[in-house]
Amino acid sequence: MLLQISEPGQGPDPHQRKLAVGIDLGTTNSLVATVRSGTAQTLPDAGGEHILPSVVHYGSQCTMTGGEARRLAAEDPLNTIISVKRFMGRGIADIQGLNGVLPYRFTRTDQGMPFIETVQGEKSPVQVSADILKTLRRRAEETLGGELLGAVITVPAYFDDAQRQATKDAAKLAGLDVLRLLNEPTAAAVAYGLDDGGEGVIAVYDLGGGTFDISILRLHKGVFEVLATGGDTALGGDDFDRCVASWILQHSGLDMAALTPEEQRKLLDAACEAKVALTDEECIEIVFKDWCATLDRKTFNSLIDPLIDRTLKSVKKSLRDAKLKTVDIDNVVMVGGSTRVLQVRERVAELIGKEPLTNIDPDRVVAVGAALQADVLAGNKSADDLLLLDVIPLSLGLETMGGLMEKVIHRNTTIPVARAQEFTTFKDGQTALAIHVLQGEREVIETNRSLARFVLNGIPPMPAGLARIRVTFQVDADGLLSVSAREQSTGVEAYVEIKPSYGLSEGQITNMLQDSYAFAQEDRSARKLLEARVEAERIYEALESALKKDGNILLLPEEYNHLLSEARRLAEATKSQDVEFIIQVTEQVAKASEVFAGRRMNAGIQAALSGHSVQDLADSVDNSDRLEE
Amino acid sequence: MSDIPIGINFHSSFFELFGIPLHYNVERSAIHGRYLELQRIVHPDRFAGLGERGQRLAVQYAAFVNEAFDTLCSPLKRALYLLEISGHPVDIEKNTVMDTAFLMEQMSLREDLAEVRGCSDPEAAIEAVRERAEALMGSLKEEFVSYWQQGESGFAKAADCARKMHFADRLLTEAEQLEEDIFDN
Repeated sequence: MLLQISEPGQGPDPHQRKLAVGIDLGTTNSLVATVRSGTAQTLPDAGGEHILPSVVHYGSQCTMTGGEARRLAAEDPLNTIISVKRFMGRGIADIQGLNGVLPYRFTRTDQGMPFIETVQGEKSPVQVSADILKTLRRRAEETLGGELLGAVITVPAYFDDAQRQATKDAAKLAGLDVLRLLNEPTAAAVAYGLDDGGEGVIAVYDLGGGTFDISILRLHKGVFEVLATGGDTALGGDDFDRCVASWILQHSGLDMAALTPEEQRKLLDAACEAKVALTDEECIEIVFKDWCATLDRKTFNSLIDPLIDRTLKSVKKSLRDAKLKTVDIDNVVMVGGSTRVLQVRERVAELIGKEPLTNIDPDRVVAVGAALQADVLAGNKSADDLLLLDVIPLSLGLETMGGLMEKVIHRNTTIPVARAQEFTTFKDGQTALAIHVLQGEREVIETNRSLARFVLNGIPPMPAGLARIRVTFQVDADGLLSVSAREQSTGVEAYVEIKPSYGLSEGQITNMLQDSYAFAQEDRSARKLLEARVEAERIYEALESALKKDGNILLLPEEYNHLLSEARRLAEATKSQDVEFIIQVTEQVAKASEVFAGRRMNAGIQAALSGHSVQDLADSVDNSDRLEE
Repeated sequence: MSDIPIGINFHSSFFELFGIPLHYNVERSAIHGRYLELQRIVHPDRFAGLGERGQRLAVQYAAFVNEAFDTLCSPLKRALYLLEISGHPVDIEKNTVMDTAFLMEQMSLREDLAEVRGCSDPEAAIEAVRERAEALMGSLKEEFVSYWQQGESGFAKAADCARKMHFADRLLTEAEQLEEDIFDN
């Protein structure tokens, strides 16, 4: 078999286009988008609706998502999960700290996220999110007519490690391969930036249903460099609703505690309707139970102003972090449904001194940006046109003596990043060290988020202070942290145990995967086979294009031939029905091509240094007919 | 494999990586373009098709480039790095014998910072401290260059400069933290 190699400069055939989507997994609404015929579009469901309300109803007979689930919220509030994003990567104490009405019954677990009790049993927030993602995956696969290669899933920029990990776990449960977790404001900037071909400093103000983000970016020749980011993962349009709900209770003389869960839901719905109506109307009549009153825009504005103040404080803080002044901002972009509230737009315009841009639908702009990034990552579009350099939103560090946090990586550091810090033993003969990983800005550990606790075992016994334990933090492009530790003076690699404080364990995820397949009656083995094939094809195609591009330059003939035959072996393996075999060959081929990948990166850097392309470097190298077999 | 053009690896210096001469004076704006160019090559997004292994490798490269850029842009880290690659690594926690004039200036700055909270205009007070600390850093930079250029005979004094920079740098960080605390409340 010959490898098929297309002419340089030619894109892949339309039918060979990889199906990749961008998914905005929002607190209130979710969307899926993809690039078709050169433009990114959100995909509607069979009924023509683009927006999927982020609601899951667990009935005794079936599971429903979206609008039909939303309609059951008032009738069956305990089994209808709304705004689940607020619980992702959170402990029971955080959730109880969320102000406002939460009708759900939570099950306290030993550690990690509390589960929600439903008629279908206990559901983790990760499972609920996975059910929303599954609906969007099916929608995309039905519309596009094929298996998805993967998805870019957006998260609030201010999400911490636990919240990001929970989102990635949800995607895994939904059978989605995550090409990248992308920060929502960065996605929005991509949608605007590529649209206008603009340059300069962009501020993205993203106020969603439950989260607020602010990102300051510099756009230059297709590179989006995030300078600073900030926000609040527990502030959004839901809080506007709660302000109005409190106003209703106060003026009607009703008591929240005396309301049934159904009535509480209706109260919040009435508040939300009033908020939306006040964008167009000067005043609105609110009816709740047998009480009725008029709310005017001025009063509404005064109710929500304290919340807007909090967002503007974050904007100022991020500007300081970016070492910029308001006059340095060239464009302000408004994202998220809550930026439809006029008072929000006016106050942002007042602070920055510029009219915010709203020409892309604030509900869809994040999904559109994610789709553009997915298109690049899937290899459909040249990566030369777009590069995103994002930052870590919150500092990462370790607990030291006295309950203080020692920062290892500071907030707004560009990712990927790797930093190491050395520690020593406290007692003579100490053979283990407890390591506590934290995320946050404060000095005292209690006010920061606990991410994980490690025990480093196997330190050789020696006097106190002599051991040199190097703890390395690495944050990848998804903003996810991994930590490793080793004892330096003896070179002994010590054993590291990780216990995520707010996540799900591998075992829990595996169990949930099995349960979800059983429940949905999907053919599990067929699914596994498809996944293995998609991964194998991805590795094959990456290797094929790399061999075509740089193979004859960077590899000796025998190395080239070896990789070529490995690529063929993989292509053959893909046809097999044996899942384990495909996975095994994929692993082997990926490993075999590692050295080549390393050389390509080195050569790329070398070329950049000399100001030439890799091709130029190759001109002196004999590149005879190695491609022909 | 000797005839294969192998590029810069993890052992090359940050200066080589950015194609600039081995000298203390580095302007951020002058190397920013090269930084973006390097990230375009090594960023994990460029290797999305390579699976987990490729991603891991790219993360390491991209982190290396970020570390290099960060080091070259920071007056303190750059000084420490220069000393390290010339075989004179500085243990910042040790040998902290400072000359009296410097210690006096340090103490005076610290006192001013400690009194900020009681000031009628704390922001202006912090700004004043910051300006002085920046000026101190500025003169330390010049001093460092002059010792550095002496070569072997100047390394010990250059190392002293780096230690002083460490103080100035920490003071600036504390001023920033204090400003944030005041701003947050």
